[in-house]
Amino acid sequence: MQYTIRIKRYNPEVDVKPHFKEYTVEAEGNDRVLDALNMIKWNQDGTLTYRRSCAHGICGSDAMRINGRNRLACKVLMQELGKKITIEPLIGFKVIKDMVVDMEPFFNSYKSIKPYLITGDAPSSGERRQSPEDRERFDDTTKCILCASCTTACPITWTNEQFVGPAAIVNAHRFIFDSRDTGAGERLRILNQQSGVWRCRTVFNCTDACPRGIEVTRAIEEVKRSLLIEQVAY
Amino acid sequence: MAYHRFDAVIVGAGGAGLMAAIQLAGKANIAVVSKLYPPRSHTGAAQGGISAALGNTEEDHWQWHMFDTVKGGDYLVDQDAAEVLAREAIDAVLELEHMGLPFNRTPDGRIDQRRFGGHTRNFGEGPVRRACYAADRTGHMIIQTLYQQGIKHNVNFLDEHFLLDLLMSDDGSACGVVTMEIKTGEIHVIHAKTVLIASGGYGRVWKITSNALAGTGDGMAVAYRRGVPLMDMEFYQFHPTGLYKLGILLSEAARGEGGIVRNSEGEAFAARYAPTLKDLAPRDMMSRFIYQEVKEGRGIDGKDYVHMDLTHLPPEVIDAKLPDITDFARTYLGVEPKTELIPIQPTAHYAMGGVPTNIDAQVIRDEAGHVIPGLYAAGESACVSVHGANRLGTNSLVDLVVFGRRAGKHMLQAIQESELPPLPKDPEAFARAQVDALLTSTGGENIAELRAKMQEFMMDKVSVVRDNDGLISAKEDLAEVRRAYRHISLDDKGKVFNTDLLEAFELGCMIDCAEATIEGALARTESRGAHYRDDFQARDDANWLAHTMVYKGSGGLEMRKKPVVITEFQPKERKY
Repeated sequence: MQYTIRIKRYNPEVDVKPHFKEYTVEAEGNDRVLDALNMIKWNQDGTLTYRRSCAHGICGSDAMRINGRNRLACKVLMQELGKKITIEPLIGFKVIKDMVVDMEPFFNSYKSIKPYLITGDAPSSGERRQSPEDRERFDDTTKCILCASCTTACPITWTNEQFVGPAAIVNAHRFIFDSRDTGAGERLRILNQQSGVWRCRTVFNCTDACPRGIEVTRAIEEVKRSLLIEQVAY
Repeated sequence: MAYHRFDAVIVGAGGAGLMAAIQLAGKANIAVVSKLYPPRSHTGAAQGGISAALGNTEEDHWQWHMFDTVKGGDYLVDQDAAEVLAREAIDAVLELEHMGLPFNRTPDGRIDQRRFGGHTRNFGEGPVRRACYAADRTGHMIIQTLYQQGIKHNVNFLDEHFLLDLLMSDDGSACGVVTMEIKTGEIHVIHAKTVLIASGGYGRVWKITSNALAGTGDGMAVAYRRGVPLMDMEFYQFHPTGLYKLGILLSEAARGEGGIVRNSEGEAFAARYAPTLKDLAPRDMMSRFIYQEVKEGRGIDGKDYVHMDLTHLPPEVIDAKLPDITDFARTYLGVEPKTELIPIQPTAHYAMGGVPTNIDAQVIRDEAGHVIPGLYAAGESACVSVHGANRLGTNSLVDLVVFGRRAGKHMLQAIQESELPPLPKDPEAFARAQVDALLTSTGGENIAELRAKMQEFMMDKVSVVRDNDGLISAKEDLAEVRRAYRHISLDDKGKVFNTDLLEAFELGCMIDCAEATIEGALARTESRGAHYRDDFQARDDANWLAHTMVYKGSGGLEMRKKPVVITEFQPKERKY
């Protein structure tokens, strides 16, 4: 089937400002949007620029706006979209070229919440014990692939670049609710600041955007609740 | 041009590179270079598990793991290395848990373990639960956990830098790498006492592959061009259960949890070929069983695929233990695995071969084991050899953490004991010449067409079953692709994030990896593990109980043999 794909293009070496360019591709309904982008890049216009790697929704490289929604290009099939498709870079980060945005602020936010196990010495032999129930408690937020779909779907992020954003909170949640971790206090103090979890207005865009099906808003709410319950401590 | 000086530069931020980096962090001045962001590395796509003889759910011993690894590799495994792998797997897995990796748990809170192909109790008696796992996203959790540790230890990451060249000092030791910063197009000379190649595999050489688009063998090719041999490249694993046409991996955990592969008659045919392990036979064998079924007309609808049947598994097992892969079947094929059969076919998955190393991950330059000072390799880009002729499921992740860790530890020692070797004259010249040639060529050949051509003939002639005529023909086809490669022209001549240029450079790397693969496959006139020759169907220990080493000499390719290290287990016929 023939699809018309409008792509927002910007090459800083040539363009003064972004502009749309239209391409026509012959694709199957069960082709991925990434396949269509590859068809354009490989056969029509090698200057088209986007990140991609695993092509099956696990590496988090190819988040972009597809018909106005943040999706992974490798996880959306053409048949879901209709014959006219619009593709734009994620909103909220500086565009470097075409779909490639500056991910540094995103990774800096992630790093700011101490995304690693904080705990005492490891046992001298064997593993730390954790019950299946305790393991299940934070299962949902271990799925995050750091694609930035949620953070760049959040209207608060668009206007407040200080806000740590949903992805960072999801990753804080992953540790705060891990029974082995003792760093909840440090992380909650960070998330209790101006730029932290209270910026969230519960818009649910993040949950809608997550290609991994993580209940992002719920994770944020659980972090907020922890802060309320333990307010005295932090 | 930018110049940097480090104690160590690590190329690749997957499991092996990060594991090495964590050993060095805080103790040496290091840089980790990746053409992606580290958590995008292909380690993250590993699904089923990481084996270690913890014995958490039933009796197990590292000696059994070692034996399975040796037998699984059809006795081409270096047994000193397999011993290290199986012994140190236990500590390595516990170390991952201590770093925070969220493994699935047993009711008493230990790391849960499950079955996987080729892993057995008591030297082959029957399946054993050895694979530690985090649902079916074990690799994802490993890459996340190691990246998190990298952040914790303030590792210096040079993200989105593309490897262009390996620098060798005049005295023959490695002294750094040349990269291109993708965002700016600037060339960087990274001068270092030690270099670790941990850049992953090259599955993109084939049409149907489970590998990421980034899996283009850059590190192997760049080293090969500098005279470093590539070892055992003819051993390339085709995973039996890739999603039909897409090649996306459907984890062996599917079979580990009880999934059954069926032909067009609905027959669970693996039992006919491998009566003891049935569907848990190792991957090379399962892929050949499928090939044979298809050849004899029992592919589905007469086509080149069969079915994975999960419909008899309890839905809650599918949801809890195989959520991601069943999601792939739904998303990409529109198949509901709880009630429908999943179309599968063998998919190019893993390089057993690579840059040859000793058990400390030091790169060796010849069959006698002489090392190249300062140069290390680990993970899929390396060949220790722990996988021999066929890797067992889960052992890639074991390899990453065990030998990534050993690389880091040995590099630290080397850094403390050695001086920084001088750079060669014009260190960036070779890299720049290659880049300039690509940017200025106006020959009219198209990257994608050449790549697709190579992927087609590699799939037809250098995959699950091979023969002399096919390999000779593939060699000619590749020579033609290489000739045409000199005349490709790019649409994008710019500096900023030029992925057109990158793809062109990657194609050059893939051509070199394919060359070494074909050369090894042609030379090896026997069938062993993943290398099956229709014209030489038997294993030939008298002539071929040896590794191949291919060199890119100035006068053409050179082939040498390296003896296999045998300690505990004498080669026997490999039956399951």
